[in-house]
Amino acid sequence: MTIATTTELICFLVLSAVVVVGALGVVLLSNIVYSAFLLGGVFTAVAGLYLLLNASFVAMAQILVYVGAVNVLILFAIMLVNKQEDLKAITNLTTRRMVSAGVCAGLLALLVRVVVTTPWSLPGPAAVGEEATARIGEHLFTDYLLPFEVASVLLLMAMIGAIVLARRDVLATDVVTGQVADQALIEKARTPLLMNRAD
Amino acid sequence: MSDFLATLPSLQAYLLVAAMLFCIGVWGLINSRNAVRVLMSIELMLNAVNINLMAFSSFVDGDLIRGQVFAVFVITVAAAEAAVGLAILLSLYRNRVTVDMEQFNLLRW
Repeated sequence: MTIATTTELICFLVLSAVVVVGALGVVLLSNIVYSAFLLGGVFTAVAGLYLLLNASFVAMAQILVYVGAVNVLILFAIMLVNKQEDLKAITNLTTRRMVSAGVCAGLLALLVRVVVTTPWSLPGPAAVGEEATARIGEHLFTDYLLPFEVASVLLLMAMIGAIVLARRDVLATDVVTGQVADQALIEKARTPLLMNRAD
Repeated sequence: MSDFLATLPSLQAYLLVAAMLFCIGVWGLINSRNAVRVLMSIELMLNAVNINLMAFSSFVDGDLIRGQVFAVFVITVAAAEAAVGLAILLSLYRNRVTVDMEQFNLLRW
């Protein structure tokens, strides 16, 4: 075992441990702000795994998009909706959790069995290594050109949809009198519209 | 055990890590009561799928690396999903003043 392989092994073990333990923390911690920061750690460790797989471009995209955008978006959402509320107690909560944990453990056992028993066609063709970024560019502009364009349209639609969904309908002028509406009053009059249906 | 360790950053090892991450995500998706945590669990599951794609791309499809292109597309779709999901969450919070998943029964018959 050379030094390079040993280093790779140690990096892999540390990154996998961070991924699994961090994901458990994201799911299990009661404070959701800690969960969000741990989620950033998990995303970064996954980017490290991509680097171990010789995929520097995707690792960079992972850090930019997930850590830089999605995680920050989640933190902003937490800040906007973080209200301490007493959750209504659910009957059989522990049983429910145990049953779902059993189902997930079964799924894990199934996946592990598939991974271990399948005869993968290894070793595959020689890896391109550092050329990966150039190869991704070739793919994106030749055989994956249509999905690339569709993805850009999807991002535009998601942006417009997010704006429309999160917009607060505030009228600048009163509809009846035409006078300038009192914005402070509108801000105060945020009556929960659908609360009367809640039981 | 040492034989397994010697081959370790292997395809199977990456797939096992991804499987664990996916199962943790599924458990969190089912059991979270905070809607933001549900979105976080979905991101975990998407990341598990991405690890799978990258591992296959590196070990099985080393010269064409189509898995990496797919991973880039998955990241794109995940970003769009996070934006729309959090916007829906915000408008839902504005209408019901809660993020408890058990209270979101508007579409129930």
